[in-house]
Amino acid sequence: MKVLEIKNLKKSYLSPEGERHDIVNVSFFSLGGGDQLALAGESGSGKTTFLNLIAGILKPDEGDVTLAGKHLPTLSEGQRDLLRAQSLGYIFQTFNLLQGYTALENVKLGMMFGRGVDASYATSLLDRVGLKARLNYLPRQMSVGQQQRVAVARALANHPKLVLADEPTGHLDPVRAMESLTLIRQICRENGAALLLVSHDKEILAKFERIENLSRINRVPAMTGSGGHKK
Amino acid sequence: MNLLEKLKNLIFLVKRSLKQHALSTMITVFSVALATGLTMAVFSIQHQTRGAFTGGRVGFDAVLGARGSQLQLVLNAVYQLETSPGNIPWALYEEVKKDPRVELAIPYAVGDNYFGYRIVGTTGDIFTRFEYQMGKHLEVMNGGRFFDPLQKEAVIGSFVAQKLGLKAGSTFKPYHGLFFDPSMQHEEVFQIVGVLKTTNTPSDRVIWIPIDDVYRMKGHVLRGTGKEYTAKQGVEIPDASKEVSAVMLKFHSPQAGFMLDQTINRQGKVATLAWPIGKVMAELFDKMGWVTKILTLVAYLVMLVAAGSILSSLYNTLNERRREFAILRSLGARRSTVFSAIVLEATAIAGMGSVVGYGVYLAIFSIAALVVRQQTGVVMDVIQFHPSLLSVPIGMTILGAVSGLVPAIKAYSTDVARNLDPLS
Repeated sequence: MKVLEIKNLKKSYLSPEGERHDIVNVSFFSLGGGDQLALAGESGSGKTTFLNLIAGILKPDEGDVTLAGKHLPTLSEGQRDLLRAQSLGYIFQTFNLLQGYTALENVKLGMMFGRGVDASYATSLLDRVGLKARLNYLPRQMSVGQQQRVAVARALANHPKLVLADEPTGHLDPVRAMESLTLIRQICRENGAALLLVSHDKEILAKFERIENLSRINRVPAMTGSGGHKK
Repeated sequence: MNLLEKLKNLIFLVKRSLKQHALSTMITVFSVALATGLTMAVFSIQHQTRGAFTGGRVGFDAVLGARGSQLQLVLNAVYQLETSPGNIPWALYEEVKKDPRVELAIPYAVGDNYFGYRIVGTTGDIFTRFEYQMGKHLEVMNGGRFFDPLQKEAVIGSFVAQKLGLKAGSTFKPYHGLFFDPSMQHEEVFQIVGVLKTTNTPSDRVIWIPIDDVYRMKGHVLRGTGKEYTAKQGVEIPDASKEVSAVMLKFHSPQAGFMLDQTINRQGKVATLAWPIGKVMAELFDKMGWVTKILTLVAYLVMLVAAGSILSSLYNTLNERRREFAILRSLGARRSTVFSAIVLEATAIAGMGSVVGYGVYLAIFSIAALVVRQQTGVVMDVIQFHPSLLSVPIGMTILGAVSGLVPAIKAYSTDVARNLDPLS
């Protein structure tokens, strides 16, 4: 059964000069339950926008995204929020942990807006990622690697059907990056969650059985240079 | 997820945010506390002072004195605040005392002080017949007694005793005039024979001496007959020469006050009857109504400023919190959750400020009560309930919630994608 299906998805931005620039134009993309797919893409290829469209954070200009059986374009913003809270886990490049909250509280936040907080499950997740002794540590009291593991635990906290990982190892050294990738993949597998990971790191990509190039599925050419949008 | 769980989550988010911005939270809470405390104090002090000065709990119905202002008469004779408007002949006191409509008439002769505390010459009736409250007479503390009208003795109010460190057995020399001037000391020595139990009335601030001793004090001149008369040692003072500053009156019925008001104030030309005392004081408060209005307006403005401080403190943290809101939204928090969290945070700050405001209220009220007691002897009750003690904190909390709307709307409209990671 497909956990994600995308058809004719389009997203464009209006530039400050008033010109409209396409950033995502994907005719078809799908992911089965429990699948693990690496999406390769250079900087500026629209990876984050693509993931945000899947997550329902951004609304597409056109096309259809079906996530866990729900058609995102037909859902209201509140319904999309709820779907994200109940069916999706998101691991960000910079982890996006809330600084005023402990590791355990950050994981609980991942549960709060969905099915509700389950403290023992949150603890067990942190235990699983090797942070049992760091439950009450604030992000600034932990190493980058530990913070990333909290982010992984948080992404899995709501029993998601799909985990989106946006350059999750971008801030780690190669050794830590590989360890972290293994952990993410293992935990997704253990929890029955599909994984869609985007990265431009060849070594990371090489660990996946299935790799898709964003430039192949996205018919908008990537912008050259760093951090820009596509034309 | 049920409503209770949603509320629990909101409270969790708000508690964390307040803790994270502890310093600005504390400053804002303090400003709200000042505003609520001040506003409650303004309302409560206004209410209690008006009640204390107009409520008629002074034990007398009226004051008879020299022709002039009723207000001056009351302030001078009852609250020992003003100068005396002049004297009236002793005969008038005798006349009114014999009036069947008058239950009690007590003469006061003022004109001296001891370190600023009024010395009032009077008769023993003040101790035996005067009731400062229904059924309550002035009483001396253990080891004391009332003065002997033939001796240079004094009975002092408890506040005077406490402030000047005087007790039964102490002696003092009065100072001439109603206000303390060290160069105006009389030669006569008075012995204190009793300290009165606290009455929480202006009597606590009075030094009582026999009225004849006022007449006989060196330098005092009596003009009851129109001619000057100086009292001589061992010679009885003729009643015709005697004068009194005021006669404190209690009537058998309110009709008596009405009739005497007609006789003395409207038809007579010799004296003034200040009746009823509460009404005379109420007129003072009515005249001062504009001050009350200004104070009230200032209090409301301070509350508005406090609400503004909540708004600005939340608004100022919004920029740094945009990312936090975006993360929460990415985790599935609805716009309404973020909006509610901000409004609840503003409400919590206002609520905490209102609670702390009770402490501020107690402090302001206690200081005000101390000043009022020192100046007038009137005691205000800090724990006496006034509706503002509920309405102001509730109003402030609502105002706080409203002030949270602007930052909440701003947080509501946070662009999630733009405030998360940089695009890649």
